[in-house]
Order: sequence, then structure tokens, then C-alpha cells
Amino acid sequence: MSTVLTKSLPAPPFCEREALRYAGCRAADGQTTGLLHACLDQAQDALAYRVCYTVSPVEIREAEVTFEGFTLPSAQLARNLAGCSRALVFAATVGVGIDRLIARAGALSPAKGLMFQAIGAERIESLCDSFCALFEQEQGVSLRPRFSPGYGDLPLEAQRAVFEVLDCPRRIGLTLGGGLVMSPSKSVTAIAGITARTEKKPQNKCARCRNAACLFRSETWISEPS
Amino acid sequence: MDFRTFLKQNLVFLDGGMGTLLQAQGLQPGEHPERWNLTHPAVVRDVHKAYFDAGSNVVCTNTFGANSLKFAPDELEQIIRSAVQNAAEARRASRAEQEMFVALDIGPTGRLLKPLGDLDFEDAVSVFAQTVRLGVQYGVDLIVIETMNDAYETKAALLAARENSSLPVLVTNAYGADGKLMTGASPEAMTALLEGMGADALGANCSLGPKQLRPVIERLLACASIPVVLKPNAGLPKVENGCTVYDVKPEAFADEVAQMLRAGVRAAGGCCGTTPAYIRALTARAASIAPVPATEKQITAASSYTHAVLFGDGPVLIGERINPTGKPRLKQALRENDVSYILSEGVRQQEAGVQILDVNAGLPDLDETETLRRCVQELQAVVDLPLQIDTSSPQAMEAALRVYNGKAVINSVNGKQSSMEAVFPLVRKYGGVVVALTLDDSGIPSTAEGRVQIARNILAKAAEYGIPKRDIVFDTLAMTVSAEPAAARVTLAALRRIREELGCHTILGVSNVSFGLPGRDVMNGAFYALALANGLSAAIMNPASGEMMKTYYAYRALMGLDENCKEYIEAAPRLSAPAASAHSASAPSAREAQSELQRAIEKGLKEAAAERTDTLLQTMQPMQIVSGEIIPALNAVGVGFEQKTVYLPQLLMSAEAAKCAFERIRAYMSGAGGAAPERGPFVLATVRGDIHDIGKNIVKLLLENYGIRVVDLGKDVPPEQIADTVCALHAPLAGLSALMTTTVPAMEQTIRLLRQRAPWCRIVVGGAVLTQAYADRIGADKYAADAMETVRYTEQILGGTQNT
Repeated sequence: MSTVLTKSLPAPPFCEREALRYAGCRAADGQTTGLLHACLDQAQDALAYRVCYTVSPVEIREAEVTFEGFTLPSAQLARNLAGCSRALVFAATVGVGIDRLIARAGALSPAKGLMFQAIGAERIESLCDSFCALFEQEQGVSLRPRFSPGYGDLPLEAQRAVFEVLDCPRRIGLTLGGGLVMSPSKSVTAIAGITARTEKKPQNKCARCRNAACLFRSETWISEPS
Repeated sequence: MDFRTFLKQNLVFLDGGMGTLLQAQGLQPGEHPERWNLTHPAVVRDVHKAYFDAGSNVVCTNTFGANSLKFAPDELEQIIRSAVQNAAEARRASRAEQEMFVALDIGPTGRLLKPLGDLDFEDAVSVFAQTVRLGVQYGVDLIVIETMNDAYETKAALLAARENSSLPVLVTNAYGADGKLMTGASPEAMTALLEGMGADALGANCSLGPKQLRPVIERLLACASIPVVLKPNAGLPKVENGCTVYDVKPEAFADEVAQMLRAGVRAAGGCCGTTPAYIRALTARAASIAPVPATEKQITAASSYTHAVLFGDGPVLIGERINPTGKPRLKQALRENDVSYILSEGVRQQEAGVQILDVNAGLPDLDETETLRRCVQELQAVVDLPLQIDTSSPQAMEAALRVYNGKAVINSVNGKQSSMEAVFPLVRKYGGVVVALTLDDSGIPSTAEGRVQIARNILAKAAEYGIPKRDIVFDTLAMTVSAEPAAARVTLAALRRIREELGCHTILGVSNVSFGLPGRDVMNGAFYALALANGLSAAIMNPASGEMMKTYYAYRALMGLDENCKEYIEAAPRLSAPAASAHSASAPSAREAQSELQRAIEKGLKEAAAERTDTLLQTMQPMQIVSGEIIPALNAVGVGFEQKTVYLPQLLMSAEAAKCAFERIRAYMSGAGGAAPERGPFVLATVRGDIHDIGKNIVKLLLENYGIRVVDLGKDVPPEQIADTVCALHAPLAGLSALMTTTVPAMEQTIRLLRQRAPWCRIVVGGAVLTQAYADRIGADKYAADAMETVRYTEQILGGTQNT
């Protein structure tokens, strides 16, 4: 019987360059970083860092992977998990407060709206990084790069199975809408293969991705917060 | 015995966890436990019976997620019928001697309501209503709404329960370690909302163990006038040898919960991880505890979806600016559905320090019901202050109260029979603090005694509807002192007597007193001070009034409501500074302002742009400022963006500065009875299913900067609505945004419909997942990679009359 656990994490370290990258800014003047930090100050109290997760045994076939309670059709996920006997399945959210700030700014100041949006994106990615690092440390394992519904050939419909198993609404207040859109919007669901401690991680998350035209593609990778 | 009577006289023992026990019997991860009512009825019955045997008075049916979003209608009916049957059979089978009741259990839908999520409030009400009706049909004794982590969804569920049954309703919310619901509501806010809507008991369940929930329970006990319910988890789960175990054992659990029963909790059970052993330990431990009566707390509170504002804790400021009377620019905004202007009025007042916002949308030529409802929905999406629903139309009042996410202030009722008969049923149903004007069919009494007598009549009538005294605040009507010398004295005397003799809170629209006089602010400030000294609880006022704000801060400091005079000291420099004036000696000349306006826009300086525009308006034609100053500055920034020397945040800051300049021009022109000429309209929407709108908002801002009228339909907009709008306005352009691959089909569908119904309309698409190839495939006229490209295309289609 698998157990779903819930964790509240402290605020992960803030990466200004990542936030600016999400804001579509490759070079920032004082006024831009000033606005970013004013928004960050305002957002601080509105952010909560919650994760729920379970560890599931995995059975990997050529184009599908079976977890405890559900099967996902995806050759890329199967390759991603190749060689793992267990995987971490998790959902993370920074809460609904940042969505309220985005909505409020969207109506009054799109520049701030953009910044809150970028801060939310940076925060949720940093939360996932922090959580995975903590999991590796606590369990004495390494995690493969995380893989989310909607990536590559893993259909977004996979969200339904992940939500059923993790019971995200009850545990962390994360909901799945009719169009498979998550609310709060700054949230991630993901699967990460568990391996023995030794495996080394790639340096640049973006380097693995095939979408060369992505607006947010990072050219120089910034080291992950530890 | 009927459950309400039982609750009045006894401690009520509820049941414990269900999911954990079903998992032990083989329920698989991701499997719906509700189906076990049909597939494993004996297992479910045994769990229920074990709880009755352990001493539970109330067992909840296994229907936590039994709703029409998860199950088809036939299956839903079968599930609820068998679930009620299983619980009723367990009751018959149990030999326990205590009173036993079966409750219909209702959990959250698992969806978030609009505007943060995609579930419409009324749809949520109908989802819950179906479950309620089935529960009532199959014979439950009461309804338990539980584990709700959002105030709005809780309201939808309670409204459905009240509209479809007369059964008792217990409501419990899932509070986090921060003492709030996931979407932000405090225990005080939930108490205001739930008591107002007539819940029979309220409380906390799930999320934490009994010890961690104690602070929340203490806060609920301090403010709730109805019984408080507690159903904690058995502490926190952890994994031991591959099994899930909870860290609080039955005896420790029973000790903690028993302490809270002694402190005043009236109904208790357990949630995740608790078993019949926990309930047995609890009923044994609590056998000798006498129920503490739930007492009337005399708290007058309005609430938003995050917090409650209490009358009597200090003077309450209610911002009066969202009211079109005498405000041409707001009238224009309401008529044009210019939501962002209305929101900016709300945010400005919040930033100036008001605690509640009055919302009035009464214009003779507008559908007030629809406009007021929309204003309430839009405001509560961005402002977390309680709202005061201000209307004389009962129909508009009901529409607004229904969708309001909290307990509103209702403005107003008066001593006329017709008024009370129209308003009190709404207060009873939706909850609210109602402003009661001391006038009746014979008008406004000229004596204090006359007004106090009307107040007594109103209280008596309210009591007939079951509305408590604490939910009525009296307005003794500030009248114009220049017309009637005794006016202010009578108002103040009535105020004092109502406060002292009736023990009710009071409210005044303070500035009426100075009508027709010069230097009104001085008079208002002095009258406000007198009113406070005579027991005024709340003022409906303009927070931009320097004198009233001075009085407010000084009063708080003088009455010991402002520790170490901290707020006063902070506010003092702001309050004593002379008002900034565009005509002051240091203001730039028109010629200087001319180049400085361009610079302010290019630099993204909002205040400077507005000030420079004001200066220019003294000497230049408004449209000359637009074409000679604003547009060239925007073009310079736009070209920089296209050449990648200016990035998106800078582009937006410039656009916002330009918007401030436009706003000054628009105010100037609507004051002069004209309106700025506009091109378009451009109909803009995020397509159905998509709730991301930042890109759309950026496009809107830039288009408006270029003098294009944008009709913004918002997000998650059905194709039919977009087509209807384009046809009604004969709009030459429509812009569609989609952020997710799953919503691109909705975009394609919208384009198809537009081609059929509005062949003249050019369609621009944009959004993160779109590409030129995608746009071609779905038949758009134009793919715009960014907002500037949309502007350029629009200029090209409409002809750039203002472009250089």
C-alpha cells in the first residue's frame, strides 16, 4: 500500500536571473530589477511552498510505464525511467496567492503582472528543485530529471491519473480544471526515476529539451539552488 | 429526537476516518471509495457499525466525492442511495444505546472556482444541489459539509444545502498550520460567512492533528455564536516498514480532544487516520464532560474571502468612491464596461486605508442587476476587502449577494414595511451586516427620539426574520447643516442613544453634512470627530479627504487604539503636507512639459507622465498631445523592443506611463462632455478553457495606447460570446489568445464560427503554444509573436491615422 505524504518547505533561494529570463529580459536595467524586487517583496507573504508525493514501483515497457494504480503511455517517459525500479510521483504548488497578485496587477499594471508571473514561474521551479534535492538527501538516492504530463509524448491527460493517486486538492489545495489546467497556476506535477546515489546530473535542464525555439530557453545554465 | 434538539442539549460524537479503513480492506490507490457503497456494501456497513458501536452519535455516509463532476447521473443516484442505506442498516444493526443519526457527507468538488479556477459559482451550487437532493430523498437526518479549503466553494455547498433541504447543516473547513484555508480565509472570516448563511454548527477538520488545530479552535470559539465542531487527523502520517502510520495514538488523541470539549467544542470526531478505537477512547474520556453552552458573541463582522472586519474594534472606514453619482468618468467606465478603471478605484481606496469598499452601480440607463453583479465579481478577484453592496433594487442586491465571496455589508434597509419585507429575507438567506436608515413611511423624523423609535421598530421586525441585533448597523442620517441648523445635533443625539440604549453599531455618510458649503473638507473632518465621540462605528467616506483621515488617525491615537501612536506617526508627514498642485510654482512650463512627457513615457514614469499631461492640457488640444507626444514616445520604445534593445518589462512600464497620460486626457475630455475619438473596436479574448490572460492584458494595454478601442471579453470565453460581440459591434478585428495546447482547438472552433458569422472580421492569434504554422492551420489571418506585432498589424488594417 503506497503512502502519500505532504510537506511544507521553507522558501527556496531566489534566483534573480531565472526570474528575469521568465520575464523575457536578457539584460536588465536598474528600473527593471527594482520593479522585480518590489514585486518580490509584495509576493513573499502570498507564497506557500507545498508538495505531496508518493514513491511507486514502476514496470517499464517499450512505450508505457505502469505505476501503482495507473499506467501512462509514453515511450519518452519509458526511456527517461529506464533502469529504475521505483519513481517519485509528486505535485508541488506555491499556492493561490501569487495568482491573486497576477490577476490584480493584470488589471492595473501589466508590467507588474509580468513580474509576478515570472516570480511565480521561478518560485515553482525552485520549489521542485529544492524538494527533489531534499528527497535525494533524505533517502540517500539520486533522481532522474523530472518528467511532467504534457512533456514530449506523455499526454496532458496523464494529469488525471496523477491527481487521482496523489489526491492533490485535499493535500495541497491543487486542483485540475475541466481543460486539464491546474489551479493554482504556479504548480507542477512530475515523475522522477529513483536511482542509486552515484548517478551524475546534467548541468542544463534546457539542453535536454528539443524545443529550440522556446522563448525561455536558457543559453547559459545557472547552477541549481542547493 | 431531532438532531437540532439533540445538538442543543448534548455533546455530539461524530465518527472517524473512512478512507484509511477501506484501504486496509483493499481499496486501491486512485480508486473511488464511493463506488464501494455498491461493490462492497458489507465492508462499508461494518465500518459505520463499528463507529456507532464505539459511541458515535453521527455517522457520515461514504459520499465525500459523490458529485456529478465525478459520476454520471445514474451512478451518482445509485451511490448515494446505497450509501444512505449502508449507514441506516449499520444503525439498525448496532446495539449501541446513544442517539444515532445518519449524515449526508459532502466534500469539495476538487475544482477551484472562478476567477482563480474554472468552475462557475452557480455550476458549483448545482453540483452540490444534486447531491443534497439525493441525500434528502433517501432519508438522511442532517448534512455535513467537510474538508472545504476554499471559502467560495464552502458558500456554494451551504447555499445548495439551504436551498434544497431544511435539514441541519454542519460545516467544517480544512485549516492549515498558518491558521488559514488554502485560499486564505481566516477562522473569523469563515465564522462570519457561515453564521450569516445559517449553518447550524461550524468548525475545523482534517489537515492537522488535534494539538495543531487547537489555535484555530480557540479562535472559532471566541467568535462563533453557534456550536463549534472539531474533527482532527490522528496527527501526521509517516511510513513505517512500508505501512502508513499516524503519530497520535487513540489515548493521546482522546485527551487532546476532551480538553477542547471542556473549552467549549460541542461536536467532535476524527478525520484521516482515526479509527473506531479513537472514537471509543474519546467517548470514554468525555463521558463526564458537561456541554458548554454556545453563547451569543455580539460580534458585528463583515468578511471577504480572506478576513473579517469587526465593527467596534475601532472606527471602520468605508470607501465611497465606487458610486457613479456626480462622477462622469466612473459613469463612462460603467457604461463601457471598463473594468480596469473600476478596479483601480478600488485599489486606490484600499491603499489609502479603507477597510470596506462600497459598490454602487446605479445608472438610469444601465441594467443595474447585471452591472452590480459583474462589479462585485471583478472587484473580489483583485481586492481582498469586504464589499458593501449599495443599491435600492432588491433584485440587484440579491444578484450581488449571491455571488459575493464572504459576508457583505448591505446598504441599505429602512423603517418602511416594503423595504424591510424586501431586504430582510435576503439578509436571512445570504447573511450580511445591514445598514438600517432611520426613516420610514412618514419620512425622516426631526427629533432624535423619532429616529431611535424607528430603530426599535427595525430591530423588532428583523427579529421576526431571525436576524440578530448584531447584524444591523444604524444610519441616523447626516443632513445638510446649511439647510437645517439643528441637523447635525439631532443626528449625533440619535447616534449616541442608539449606541447606548440599543447597544447597536452605527454608520454615517459623513460628508452629506457639508453639502452646499465652501471648504467642505474642514466641516466634514470636524463633524466626523464629533460623530466618533458620540459613538460612530463606521463612516462611509472619501479616503482622499485629508481632514477626515487626520481625524481618523488622531482619534485612534487619542483613544488608545494605536499602540505607541505608531500609525499616527507614520501617517503624520503625509497628512500635514500641503496638497500637491499642478499649478504650483515649481511645476514645469508647458514647453518643458512637452519634451518631458515623451521622456517620462520612454522611462516608464507614471506619476510624471500624468503630471506633465495635466500641464500640457492647459495649453494644448488633447488630440495634439496624443499624436505629437504620446504616440512618438511609444513608437520609439516599440522600435527598441523590435530591435531587442528594450525588453518586455520596460516596454510595459512605458505603456503604463502612456496609459496614465491617456487617463488624464480621458478625464479632461469626459469632464468637458466629449470623448476621445477611438478606432476599432478590437474584440479581445482568451479562448474557452484557458484561464491565462497576462499576454492578452499586455496586448490590450498596448492597443489602447495607440488609441484603439478594445472590448476585452476576459478569459475562458466561449466561441459564441466572441462571435456575438464581434457581430453586435461589427468589429473589424478580433484577437484570440491561448496558452495551452489543449485550448488551441477552442481557438480553431472560435475562428470557424467567426468566419461563418462575421466574414469581415480579421483574426489575430497569439499565445505561448502558437506558431506561424499552427496559426495557418487553424485559419487565422495573422499570427503575432508579441504585442507590438499585434499593434503593427492593427495599425495596418485600420489605417494609422495617429501613427507617424
